Amino acid sequence: MSLPIANGLLAVVKDDCETCHLVVPVLAELAEREYGVVIVSQDQDDFPDGFGAIHDRELDISWRLGIETTPTLYRVEGGEVVDEQAGWHRSGWERVTGATGLGAGLPEQRPGCGSDTMLPDTYQRLLRRHSPYPMSSRRVGLGTAEDPVEAAFARGWTDGLPVVPPTEERVARMLEGTELPPDQALCTLPPDLAECTVEKVAINAVMAGCRPEYLPVVLAAVEAAAGRRFNIHGVSATTYFSGPVLIVNGPVRRRIGMNSGVNVLGQGNRANLTIGRAFNLVVRNVGGARPGGVDQATFGSPSKLSFCFPEDEEGSPWESLAVQRGFGPEESTVTLFAAHGPIEVVDQKSRTPESLARTLALQLRMVAHPKLAGMSEAIVVVSPEHARLFREAGWTKARLGKEIHALLTLPTSEMVAGAGGTAEGMPPWLADRREEIPKFGPEGLWFVHAGGGAGGFSAIISGWVGGRAGSEMTTVAIDQ
Amino acid sequence: MTTLLDPTSERTTGKRSISPRPADIADGTVALLDISKPRGDVFIGRLDELLTEMGVAVRHYRKPTFSKPAPLDLRRQIAAECGAVIEALAD
Repeated sequence: MSLPIANGLLAVVKDDCETCHLVVPVLAELAEREYGVVIVSQDQDDFPDGFGAIHDRELDISWRLGIETTPTLYRVEGGEVVDEQAGWHRSGWERVTGATGLGAGLPEQRPGCGSDTMLPDTYQRLLRRHSPYPMSSRRVGLGTAEDPVEAAFARGWTDGLPVVPPTEERVARMLEGTELPPDQALCTLPPDLAECTVEKVAINAVMAGCRPEYLPVVLAAVEAAAGRRFNIHGVSATTYFSGPVLIVNGPVRRRIGMNSGVNVLGQGNRANLTIGRAFNLVVRNVGGARPGGVDQATFGSPSKLSFCFPEDEEGSPWESLAVQRGFGPEESTVTLFAAHGPIEVVDQKSRTPESLARTLALQLRMVAHPKLAGMSEAIVVVSPEHARLFREAGWTKARLGKEIHALLTLPTSEMVAGAGGTAEGMPPWLADRREEIPKFGPEGLWFVHAGGGAGGFSAIISGWVGGRAGSEMTTVAIDQ
Repeated sequence: MTTLLDPTSERTTGKRSISPRPADIADGTVALLDISKPRGDVFIGRLDELLTEMGVAVRHYRKPTFSKPAPLDLRRQIAAECGAVIEALAD
């Protein structure tokens, strides 16, 4: 919309503002002088009395101006604001008007009050009203006595926890987190092969409790999940434990306040928890993977609720996971891994990297089953205490991986079905063909650095069927 | 009144009825689909024996991996070559 004047001075005031009352004599001075001033009042049509103020009842003029404080004085030229001063500030008002000696007898300056456009409910209403992108999702009207949280449960939209009701205002606010238009199709999401738009992701992000600045991470993860490599259909449908694990790298981690330190895999950080949750809600609500339906997991795991964390890159002795996967250190990325856990690794006594590598290998052997090899991949989340040992010894990630691979290249005779008194294991014919079997494939073992500063522990995140036969770890850049 | 935005794909899942059972299993070839789970071959092998004894023609098919839906080409091939399919989960 256009401003009420194309050229001249414009002042936005409200009756419920002491500073606005303070500047009324100044406005009178301006009105009397050759400058002239058009006054816009936010809350009363007769304030200030006798000025013929325009009542900005719907606050559309105020929204157009982007005002945060009343009073604000604007100079408008050619229909656009060219200068402005918020609050009462003599020199500022003189700069905007070009006048001198304004407001004799008034203090030099006085802060203003919050604009009515900034009231939370009003802000949301205006945001929706002025959004350039109308939202197209079906509107679900609730009865006056219906609790929106209960309504979301009743419609099968939740993961078993209450959700934030996705009102149009909240979704409009969420969409501020991306420059993509709401109707943009991101992907076709399995298992239902349903079109997933930016708007649908935003709705689910609202429900999960995300802030708008988290949205680009969720969008990137959803797009990555829909690709053939990650195989979200299989991850959702399997009887196995796994769900999507999201690992965030790059500057976005700090900007949105993710936690890579104390309790990194636990509760307490909004970004960690709600990004993972939003992702899973999209898979459920848009993709159609619901437990008992497509999702036939025997146990499932908390990673189907939310398992998302950033790497502690700053404290790491190594290059980050994203760098290993071909991205630059200044790029923000999210890595998807079909997995579950964590499985604990306790080692408080090792003082050499060789000893600690043996501990890691012993515990990694139990991924899936101590007698199964080449099936699952794993990520080891190495804590600061454990990482220090490798740093001091100069062990790179590659060195650590090589040592563990050597320790986990196991005698086939121990691994085959029937060996050790249990029928589970590798096919017996393998014993005739090779003497040893590697537990993990060449790209089957990854290390990331995260966790609190105290504790001689690491954590294994144990994967589903890896590689092309199952789900391939997928890393994508986050478009910000 | 509160209005919420629908977070789902807004699609109703299409309901398709199962094809009518063949009047006589010996009328057409039966597809035996192994989904590549361990010991699926044991189950499929036994079905082969039993069906062959009954005089039923069988053809064997295998999904590349149990973790993904059967490729479209494979589904089409089975539909073109057989009148019924038995899918073995095993494990």
